Amino acid sequence: MKLSYYPGCSLESSSKEYNMSARAACQALDVELIELKDWACCGATSAHSVNHTLSITLPAKNIALAQELDADLTTPCAACYNVLKKTDYTLRHDEEMRTKTEQITGFKYTGQVNILSLLEAVATKVGAKAIAAKVKKPLQGLNAACYYGCLLVRPPEVTQFDDREHPQSLDQIVNALGAKAIPWAYKTDCCGASLSLTSAEIVQKMVGRLVNAAQEAGANAIVTACPMCQSNLEMRRPKGAAGMPVFYFTELIGLALDLPDANRWLKLHLLDPLPLLQSLSLAR
Amino acid sequence: MELITQAGLDFYREIREKSGQPIELCYQCQKCAAGCIANEYADYYPNEIIRLVQLGQKEKVLQCKSIWICSSCETCGARCPNGINTRAINDALKEKAIAENLVKDNKVYLFHRQFLNSVLLNGRVHEPTMLALYKLKSKDLWSDLDFGLKLFTKGKMPLLPHRVKNRRAIKEIFNQSQNQ
Repeated sequence: MKLSYYPGCSLESSSKEYNMSARAACQALDVELIELKDWACCGATSAHSVNHTLSITLPAKNIALAQELDADLTTPCAACYNVLKKTDYTLRHDEEMRTKTEQITGFKYTGQVNILSLLEAVATKVGAKAIAAKVKKPLQGLNAACYYGCLLVRPPEVTQFDDREHPQSLDQIVNALGAKAIPWAYKTDCCGASLSLTSAEIVQKMVGRLVNAAQEAGANAIVTACPMCQSNLEMRRPKGAAGMPVFYFTELIGLALDLPDANRWLKLHLLDPLPLLQSLSLAR
Repeated sequence: MELITQAGLDFYREIREKSGQPIELCYQCQKCAAGCIANEYADYYPNEIIRLVQLGQKEKVLQCKSIWICSSCETCGARCPNGINTRAINDALKEKAIAENLVKDNKVYLFHRQFLNSVLLNGRVHEPTMLALYKLKSKDLWSDLDFGLKLFTKGKMPLLPHRVKNRRAIKEIFNQSQNQ
């Protein structure tokens, strides 16, 4: 299967292990990713906070690139996904905005390209069964709190993916890898997102709540599909909270499928996940 | 007795149009407030923001903290029984507050400006320069230096930006979107 691929800005720097593991996991799962040529930033929270038109026109430029490739578009970043999907929804339903966007960006929207988060692509186009069949090293002993955050499931009329309050797709993948997805109540609570830089103390409290809840539920790790959630959970961990590591789901796929580069990704974390994995004999 | 002035009514209509949200449908059930994770740091609950807009309380709502402390998690909108997306209302209010020059000494706005400047300059965000400029301008240079250094030593803060080739097209999108 072929998908056009939009990594997003943070996957080129602070979250590069997500990019590396996403590409490796997809290759192992027979998903061909073709990176959009000369893609630009989606505008993220900043564009929609200060200029609504820009929040549609900037991502639309990338949808235009995916149209040229004639392949559904996937992105590992939950924030980029949310912005691209919202733009697609607007272009589909708001004629006035579509006309304006087409004028500004100089492309004709066809509506032929579907926008998928990488989690959605792996869950629906590959599926837990096919993943389980490829597992070489089941992640036994890993009790994972699957953390979806906000941007994959809300607003539900736009994302149209999984349950808005109690999503399951990531749990199913984690279970397919031989780990145990533990039930907990904070799957879709916000981590504080981009407030991390402007109001670090607020984000610390939000992150503390999440980590405590995961620990109480019996987790020894958290799994995410969002670079912003992952870095907030690592960098804004309050003193005294449990030290459990935070994985990208693609890293867990890499570990369970015994992909050769897995250790390279894990070494890039700010909160070292290797001691836990070594104690469970899951990493060298 | 006059409940709302003409100017207040115009403001309500403008925000309703800009946000595209059926603001008039809010009956204050407070489901949004019950799920809002930013409540304890904000000056108004989401339902109060909506009520202020309904009543045309322009100055109060455009100068409040809540619209900037909202992390756009969209829990409010996902749970609203009347299909009101409060995030979209907050975005419209922020845009209006900027247009009216009412945003002063606001770190969140400063961050958004640095972020978008980086996009305008490179086509993509170059995290190291964007973060450094934000830290410099917010006069808070030291608080995250340890994380910055860790990221740098792990090779996660590239010195040179990955720039888009067709930056002229990006600049054009910015220019034309600003004029809307």
